[in-house]
Amino acid sequence: MSEPRKAVALISGGLDSMLAARIVQEQGVHVEGINFFTGFCVEGHTHAIRKRDRGRPKRNNALWVAEQLGIKLHIVDVVEPYKDVVLNPRHGYGANLNPCLDCKIFMVSKALEWMRDHGFDFIVTGEVVGQRPMSQRRDTMPVVARESGAEDLLLRPLCAKNLPPTRPEREGWVDRDRLYAISGRSRKVQQELARRFGITDYAQPAGGCCFLTDANYSAKLRDLWAHRPGRRYELDDLMLLKVGRHLRPRPHFKLIVSREEGETRFLEGYRKRFAHVRTVSHPGPLTLIEGEGLSEEDLALAARITARYSQGRGAPGVEVEAALPGQAPRRFTVTPLSPEAIPRAWYL
Amino acid sequence: MSGRREELDLRGLLCPLPVIRVQDRVAGLAPGDEVIAVCSDPGALNDIPAWCKINGHFVLWKGERGGDYVVHLRVGAA
Ligand code: SF4
Repeated sequence: MSEPRKAVALISGGLDSMLAARIVQEQGVHVEGINFFTGFCVEGHTHAIRKRDRGRPKRNNALWVAEQLGIKLHIVDVVEPYKDVVLNPRHGYGANLNPCLDCKIFMVSKALEWMRDHGFDFIVTGEVVGQRPMSQRRDTMPVVARESGAEDLLLRPLCAKNLPPTRPEREGWVDRDRLYAISGRSRKVQQELARRFGITDYAQPAGGCCFLTDANYSAKLRDLWAHRPGRRYELDDLMLLKVGRHLRPRPHFKLIVSREEGETRFLEGYRKRFAHVRTVSHPGPLTLIEGEGLSEEDLALAARITARYSQGRGAPGVEVEAALPGQAPRRFTVTPLSPEAIPRAWYL
Repeated sequence: MSGRREELDLRGLLCPLPVIRVQDRVAGLAPGDEVIAVCSDPGALNDIPAWCKINGHFVLWKGERGGDYVVHLRVGAA
């Protein structure tokens, strides 16, 4: 008997990629999953940080999907190579800073690399024609196949019948008749398929699979780029954009003010690398100050803003501890800024 | 002969990075070797065992230890 064909399936943690993998699995193909960590993934992070979210069941959806399907999952750290996708998308951005088309091309090309290194035969994705405005249009589907280099080794089981037959179909590795012709934004067929496969519990990402589709997050990322020499970022920047209140009182510095205990604990881990302020006389937040050339005046302003978010906000004076990076902390007392004294424009 | 036992300090990393670091380390180990992953993200207590289960490794112990979240695993056959 011949060995079964092997497919590597892109697993996002959502329903579509789960169904796509399942459809191919059902045809006797050996399937393993691959999932990419870009740094912008919605998974876990904020739940892990915010204390009030900790009670909710928290799971990594991609791992959970793999478990349900009974397949191996390989999680690949692509933070570094992904930067070029976010910073210089050849096909541009979507509604926010989401470079969905370039992102898809990148992920399929990485899956192709993996496929070749591991002796697999083809790639499976959960893409559906017409489902997403940018990356899943009829005219962009061939772009992903072509520019990723996967060409006709890329099979989209959910909409394969709307597309020309791929090599896995032509060679009989999978039966085209048992693939689907889903198109458009309706989720009905997927829901029916899920029922048929006995899948009742699945994640339904609303806008997309990452923070780049989030308007607020994108605004903070734009602000970061605008105030740095050159558009660039590190993984820590991405993490910090997900935490706390962000205010930019002056062009040369911004504040990250924790909103609750979990965030304070998380920001603690960054304290040594940043100028920072925390309240001493009253319970309150920890504020990181990100910027260069900070003056005493800047530190005092940061302290007054921090005091405004402490339980001493109504008190005439709040004692704080403040330090510039690498310096010993100093204590002094400030008058909390009133909420009206903080212009809306400062909030990012 | 007993296998190797390694401790990985994954504190400060958020999900799924602890899983990725464990995965990358395990790739260089032999069946029977052990890894003790020390994490600060409580999600690691779900994610690392889930990863072990689907990839054929065994969780020997998991729980809290001195404020950290620890998963002790044994590498399974490839
Ligand atoms: S939403 Fe994010 S992860 Fe998903 S395709 Fe777009 S850029 Fe890529």
